[in-house]
Amino acid sequence: MNTAIASHIFDVPGELALDSGETLTGVQIAYETYGTLADDKSNAVLICHALTGDQYVASDHPITGKPGWWERMVGPGKPIDTDRFQVICANVIGSCMGSTGPASLAPDGEPYAKRFPVITIRDMVRGIVALLDGLGIDRLHSVVGGSMGGMQTLSLAANWPERAERVLVIASTARHSAQNIAFHEVGRQAIMADPAWAGGDYYGSDASPDNGLAVARMAAHITYLSEEGLTGKFGRRLQDRSAKSFGFDADFQVESYLRYQGSGFTQRFDANSYLYITRAMDYFDLAEEHGGKLADAFVGTSSRFCLVSFDTDWLYPTAESRHIVHALNAAGAKVSFVELSAPNGHDSFLLELAELDQVVRGFIE
Amino acid sequence: MSGSILRPDLAVIANHVEPRSRVLDIGCGDGALMAELESAKQVDARGMELDSVKVGRCVARGLSVVQGDANSDLADYPDKAFDYAILSQTLQTANRPDLMLDELLRVGRKAFVSFPNFAHWRTRAALMFGGRMPVTRALPVSWYATENIHHVTVEDFRDLARTKRAQIERAWFFANESEIGATGANWRAEFAVFQLSR
Repeated sequence: MNTAIASHIFDVPGELALDSGETLTGVQIAYETYGTLADDKSNAVLICHALTGDQYVASDHPITGKPGWWERMVGPGKPIDTDRFQVICANVIGSCMGSTGPASLAPDGEPYAKRFPVITIRDMVRGIVALLDGLGIDRLHSVVGGSMGGMQTLSLAANWPERAERVLVIASTARHSAQNIAFHEVGRQAIMADPAWAGGDYYGSDASPDNGLAVARMAAHITYLSEEGLTGKFGRRLQDRSAKSFGFDADFQVESYLRYQGSGFTQRFDANSYLYITRAMDYFDLAEEHGGKLADAFVGTSSRFCLVSFDTDWLYPTAESRHIVHALNAAGAKVSFVELSAPNGHDSFLLELAELDQVVRGFIE
Repeated sequence: MSGSILRPDLAVIANHVEPRSRVLDIGCGDGALMAELESAKQVDARGMELDSVKVGRCVARGLSVVQGDANSDLADYPDKAFDYAILSQTLQTANRPDLMLDELLRVGRKAFVSFPNFAHWRTRAALMFGGRMPVTRALPVSWYATENIHHVTVEDFRDLARTKRAQIERAWFFANESEIGATGANWRAEFAVFQLSR
C-alpha cells in the first residue's frame, strides 16, 4: 500500500490559449509520478484520467484514503510497470484536485466559479503538454487513457503526433453521441436545480450543491455499469429489511448503493468542476476539429495505436472504437484493436480483467 | 521473437513477399507469419483476426492486429492500401469466397490465397469408398463441426480466378508437408497456395 503524497504543482508559464478564444493565466497543473525517469527520458508513460478521476492513479487518495484508482494496473511488476517506466498522471484543468479549475482563485483573488472559461478536451491536453514541456519530456514512451482519458489520449495523438510513440485508448470514443450528451445534461440540470448551487457562487458559503451533485453522480454511475452487472450485484434484493416499506426509503439494495455512491462522491468532487468537465466531453468531436474527417486527424502519424472496447459497455460501445480503428486504417496508421468480453460494462476498464492486463502489458512492452 | 517453424504454405508466402512491402494478413492467428515477415523482411505487416485471445497474443508480440471478421471488415481498408493481402486457410470458411477474393484484390495489389484441396485423392477415396464426408489429415473435423463451409478444389479455384479476371501469377502445391510439382495437382495436392493480381 502506498501512502498519500502531496501532489507536485507545475506552474504553466505565460498564458494558456483555449479553444473558446479565451486565455487563462497563472494555470497550475497538479501531478503525480511513480517510478524513475531514465537519463534519456525515454521511459515516460502518461496516464490520462477519466471524468471524476485524478492524479492519484497508484497512491492513496488524500481525501478518501482509498487506494489509487488504477492500482491494479500501475505499480511495481504490474502491467504498467513502475520498475521500468516513470508513470506521470496529471489532474486535468477544470478539475478540483489541485489543477486550476472553477474553484481556484482568479487573478482578482475570488474563486472563478462560473467565470471560469468553458474548456475542451484539447484544452486539457494543452495543459498536460505544457507540463511535459516543463518536465523536458519531448516524446512519451506511451500515453494511456480510459473513457475521458481515452479522449485526451486521442487528442494528444492527433494534435501533438510527435509526442507519443504508443497510444493506448480503452473504452473511449472520438465523439460524444446524443445519448452521451443527454445523460450529462441530466447531471448538469440536477446540479443547477439545487438551490445551493446559487448560480455557481457557492464557494465560501455554508451550503454547497451536494444533493444535485449526488443525483448527477447517481445517473452517471448507472451508465458505467451493465444491466447484467447490476442484476448480478443487486437483483431485486432489499436493503436491511425483509419487506418493502411502502415508502420512499432505499428499500432496494441498488437504491442504497447509488445513494452511497452519490453522497460519497460529493466528499471529493466540486459541482462546478462536474459541469465544466462534462461540457468538455460533450464538445469533444475529434473529426470536427480536423475538417469533418476523422482519418485526417491521424494523417502522417508514426505512433502505434491500440484500442480496447468491452462487449457490455453501452456508454462507449465497441462501434465507437471500430469507428476510430477505421479512421486509423484509412490514415495508414499502425493500429491494433480488441473487444474484450467483460460483464461490468464501461467500468470494466477499472476492474479485474486478466485479458486487459495482458493487452496493456503487451502493448506497452 | 520469431524462429518458430512456419507451416509450409506460410513459409512459401514468407519467401515470396518483397522486403519492406506492406502486408495485410487476414486470419493472422497468433501472428507467426507477420512476426517472420517483420523480422526477416522488414515488412510493414498488419493483421486481422476474429478470436480476441489470439489478437491479444499478437498485440503482446508487438504486432498491429485488429479484431475483425474478414466477411465484413475488409471494407474498412482503402483500395490498394497494401502490396499484398494474404488469406491463408480461410477462403473455405468465408460466407462468400468469391466476394472475399474481390476484396483481397481491392485492398492488395497482389494476393496470396492458400486452402486445403478437396479433390486430393484421399478426400476422393473417403467419399467414393467410404460414402462419408471425408475426415482426413488436411480436413480433420467432421462435417457438422467444421468451419469449412465452402469446400474448394484446385480446379474450382482456377475457375473462380478466371471468372473474377484475376491473374494467377504463381501457384505452389503441398502433400505430406512438402512442396510437390504442379502436374496432377488437383489429385495430388493436400494444400495449394496461389499468388494473384488483377
